[in-house]
Order: sequence, then structure tokens, then C-alpha cells
Amino acid sequence: MDESRVIRSFKTQIGDWIFVIICAIIALICLLPMVNLLARSLSGTDYLVRHEVYLWPKGWNFGAYKTVLSDMKYIRSFIWTAILTVMCTFLSLFMTTICAYPLMFEKLRGRGFFNIVITITMFFSAGTIPNYLLMKSLHLLNNPLVLMVPYCLSVYNMIIMRSFFYGIPDSLRESAEIDGASFFRILWSIYLPLSKPVLATLALFYAVGRWNGYSDALMYMKNKDFYPLQLLLYNILNNVNSVEVATQEGFSAPGLAESLKAAIVMFSTIPILCIYPFLQKYFIHGVTLGAVKE
Amino acid sequence: MAKSKTVVKTPKQKITKAYMKRYWQLYALLLLPMIYFFVFKYVPMEYVLIAFKKYSIVQKVWEMPWAKNHGMEYFIKAFSSKDFINSLRNTIVLNLLDLVIGFPIPIIFALILNELRFKLFKKSVQTIAYMPHFLSWVIIYGLALQLFAPTNGLVNMAIMKFGGEAVPFLNEGKHWVGTYIGLGIWQSFGWNSIIYLAAIAGISPELYEAASVDGAGRFQKMWHVTLPGIKPTIVVLLIMALGNVIGSNFDRPFALQNNLVMQNAEVISTYVYKAGIKGLQFSLTTAVGLFQSVVNVIFLLSANWLSRKLGERGIW
Repeated sequence: MDESRVIRSFKTQIGDWIFVIICAIIALICLLPMVNLLARSLSGTDYLVRHEVYLWPKGWNFGAYKTVLSDMKYIRSFIWTAILTVMCTFLSLFMTTICAYPLMFEKLRGRGFFNIVITITMFFSAGTIPNYLLMKSLHLLNNPLVLMVPYCLSVYNMIIMRSFFYGIPDSLRESAEIDGASFFRILWSIYLPLSKPVLATLALFYAVGRWNGYSDALMYMKNKDFYPLQLLLYNILNNVNSVEVATQEGFSAPGLAESLKAAIVMFSTIPILCIYPFLQKYFIHGVTLGAVKE
Repeated sequence: MAKSKTVVKTPKQKITKAYMKRYWQLYALLLLPMIYFFVFKYVPMEYVLIAFKKYSIVQKVWEMPWAKNHGMEYFIKAFSSKDFINSLRNTIVLNLLDLVIGFPIPIIFALILNELRFKLFKKSVQTIAYMPHFLSWVIIYGLALQLFAPTNGLVNMAIMKFGGEAVPFLNEGKHWVGTYIGLGIWQSFGWNSIIYLAAIAGISPELYEAASVDGAGRFQKMWHVTLPGIKPTIVVLLIMALGNVIGSNFDRPFALQNNLVMQNAEVISTYVYKAGIKGLQFSLTTAVGLFQSVVNVIFLLSANWLSRKLGERGIW
């Protein structure tokens, strides 16, 4: 299309630049809170107390990060959340695949029934208390499994995967069927290798969901040893048990408390901020697939 | 359809056997997901009955005695409770504000992005705009605490520098509502624009060329080509948003609220958590949850019905 417009008029060019400026401002608004946080986490405490820190750190100070990194309670929670996230992601990908794959076959008898059973759960949920009582009766309360199993399969993500499977040419499957390949084998040798983009997308969705989630732990988990990072962070920010968390003299000095909180928030965000830009191409595709009406 | 059924009917037994010999693998794969849905989505529906019964920790659900007033005791109690009415009002107000202010912004953002001519710049802006979606609400609360702190937060320092007075963004009801809505938009506008960008990409370039030939300017093309092109997408997303007017997410309000603003910040989901799991009023909060679920389904169904009536496609 660009070639067809031989000369862009002066007015259009001005317009182009106005849109660039608007977008630059929007991007700045998105980044500003993070930059401010970073500046505060790296600033000397006296500058923070004197309200002098805006967007650039003053009096470079890595003390807050040192305190965070030497706080065993924090590191423990970080590692536990990482392990939990990896396990949850694999479990969820497995469950999503074995749910989406059979439902793709039109010849499958009872497919309509299965679809209805699944769709109903999207629109009507029993609610917080019935779920809580269920966990209680399954003896899952305070059990680490409660942070993995109850939300391991998302219908929305299953639909994304099924839409992706639909996009794989039937001819591939049919020729394999003629060669006598079983359905397991077709899944394993044809569909899974071709589904790397959607697997990457869903892995990101599930991993982010687990890394960022705290409400299930808040409701079902009382054992502090199994607190995921976000719940620990919530308690720190609200000064719940701050004495236990900040082992050092940290929280007694007003400035340091601020920079310490900033450092903890920063540190908890970093893993995701490092990963998501590389998966952009995939998750955009994933979101678009999810919107396809079946 | 009917014809083929009668043809198949006679050798059904045989076909089923041969069919199962080949298709059992698919049923085997489905077994685990179906158990999952049964246990975690359908079994808890049994506990919904607690809304109509007097909860007892030692009895099974069906053994519990029915509540007074033909089982409606807890619904009556909920609707005469100030706390519940307050949280119901807040849920609706916050969701409506989200809808009215938050819904158009991703559309506008997608339209603006679509006008960018520098590919690399466009991609960078997109990457940055998607970032907030990947932050948890606890982290966003942490960011907001630092940014909006009354005396030493960046925003209030800037306001005071220009001679204004510090604004209690997080500590006063009305301002908190604004902050809540603003942070919600900040977190989601980029992500929500993805779907509109995809829809815009699907519009045929010929339409734009034809409009150019007719002498349409930039904004006329936006108005007469792009917007009609993404109208079906807008309608579908609007239906879903409308269907959710009484639904409530837990993570966002719970992370952002504090004791000073409860009057404006308590929503149904957080009320249920506090009165139910913390306060152990299981029957009352189950009734509240059931009310919410039912109204939610009704809203969704009517929004879908309305959109079909208006000649748009529904969401199913």
C-alpha cells in the first residue's frame, strides 16, 4: 500500500507525527510506575525520606536488594513459587491437550454431550463457599496440591488449543489414519510437534496465572511455608507479620522500609518481565484464536 | 440426516465394536478432564444447597435442616444486611464505570496504533503496552502505593511542586474509585487492544483504497471503514462485558482495597470471602454467591439475546 501513495502530503506527515507522539506518551504512562519503583528501590534512604526521588535513583544504594536476597523467608517463597509454576504449567498443558484433542474429532460419539458439560462450567460456577467446602471435604485445605489441581484446566485455554488443532490440515491426519496410526500416535507425532506455538502461548498464560495468583492460597492455604510469592508480598505490603518477614533492622528506618518494599516488588516482577516480550508473537496469535467463534 | 441414521441402524452393534476398537483411545484421553470437570465444577454444585439450609459442620448436605421461610431465610437475611447491599452497589458501580470508561479505550488505542507508520516503533509501543497485563494485582498495588503515596509518592510530589494539594488517591472513597478504575484501564487496555488490532488487520485493503479514491481523509477512513470493519468484534466483547456487570473478580478489588475506603471498595467477592471463609457464615454467603451466579447468567443470556435481536451475531 505504501508504494501506491507516491507523495505523502505535508498534512498527512504532520498527522503521522502526532500519532507517534500520542503513542510515545502512552508508552511512557505504562513505564512510569516501573521506572519510579526502580528508582526508589535503588535510592539512598535519606533521599527517600527527603522526598527527592522521582524517576532516577539518587545516592545509589543496593542495600535494599541485598536485604531481600539475604532474607531466607523471601528466597524460599520465590523458589517454591518457581517450582509450583513449572509443575502447574506442565500439568495444565497436559490436561488441556488431552481435553482439546479428542473433542476435535467430529466422529467422536458423545462429543456434543462433552461440549455441553464443559460449556456449562464457563457460565455457571458454584461459587466461593461451595468450592471452599469441596476443598475441605477432599482434604485439600493446607495441602500444597490445592495450589495446583483445582485450576489446572481452563476451558478458555482449551478452546484456544482446539481452535489451533482445527487449523492443522485434516489431510495430515487422514493420511496417517490410512497408514493405520492410532489416535495416540497421531497426537504424539503429528499434532504436538505442529502445536509448539500454541503450547508456548498457553504455557505463558498458565505460568503467568500461577505466578500472579494469590487468592487460592489466601483461601485454601494456611501453612505459611507454602505461601506463594504474591501472597507473601501482599502481607509485606500491608505490614502483616512484617517483623517476621524483614529479619533485619530494615523496617525500623522509614526510608529503608520504602526502598525495601520497592525492591521486593521489583524482584517479584522480574521473571515475567524477562519472558513475555519473547513470546509476543505467540500470545497475540493465541488471543486471536480464543476469539474465534466455534 | 434422518436417512443416514436408519441406514446405520441395523448393523449398529458391529459398528460400535469396530468403532470402540479404534476410538477408545479418545475416550481414554477424555477420562481425566471429565473427572476434573465432574469433581471440581459439578460436585461443588451440591453445596449450593447450603444456601437453603441451616449449615452444620457435622452433617452431610442433604441431612441439614431446611432454613426458615421455606428455605429463603438466608436470602432475606442477605438483602436486609447493610454490608451485602453496600457490596452489591459497589460491585455494580465499579463494573459500570469500568465498562463506560474502560471499554472504549482499547478500541481507541488500536485505532491510534493502526495509524503508526514506523513498524519498529509500533512494535515497541505494543510490547510496552502489553506489559501491565503480566503484572499481578498485588504488584500493581505495590506500584500504586509507591506512586500515589500521600507525601512522597511521585504523583503527589509533582502535584505539590506545581502548587497543588496532595490528593488522597488510595485513602479516600471517591478518589479510590478513580484510582481503581484508572489502574484497571492501565493494566488491561494494551492487552484488550490485541483483539481489535487483529480485527483491523482482517479488513480488506481494497476498502481503504476505494475510500482514498473517493477522497476520504484519515479520520473519515477510521470512521467509515475501520470502525464498521471491527463492529462485530466490538459487539461480541460488549456483550461479554455487559454479561459481567454483576460478576466480580477477586484479585483486583481485594489487593487494592484498604480499611479507609471499604464503604466504596467492598464488592461481592471480597464480602463473601470475609463473611464466609473468615466469618464462617457459610449459608449466608453461599446464598449471596448463588444470587450472583444466577443474575450473571441471566445478564449474559439477555445480552446475547439482545445482540441477536439487533441483527448482530451472538457469542454462541
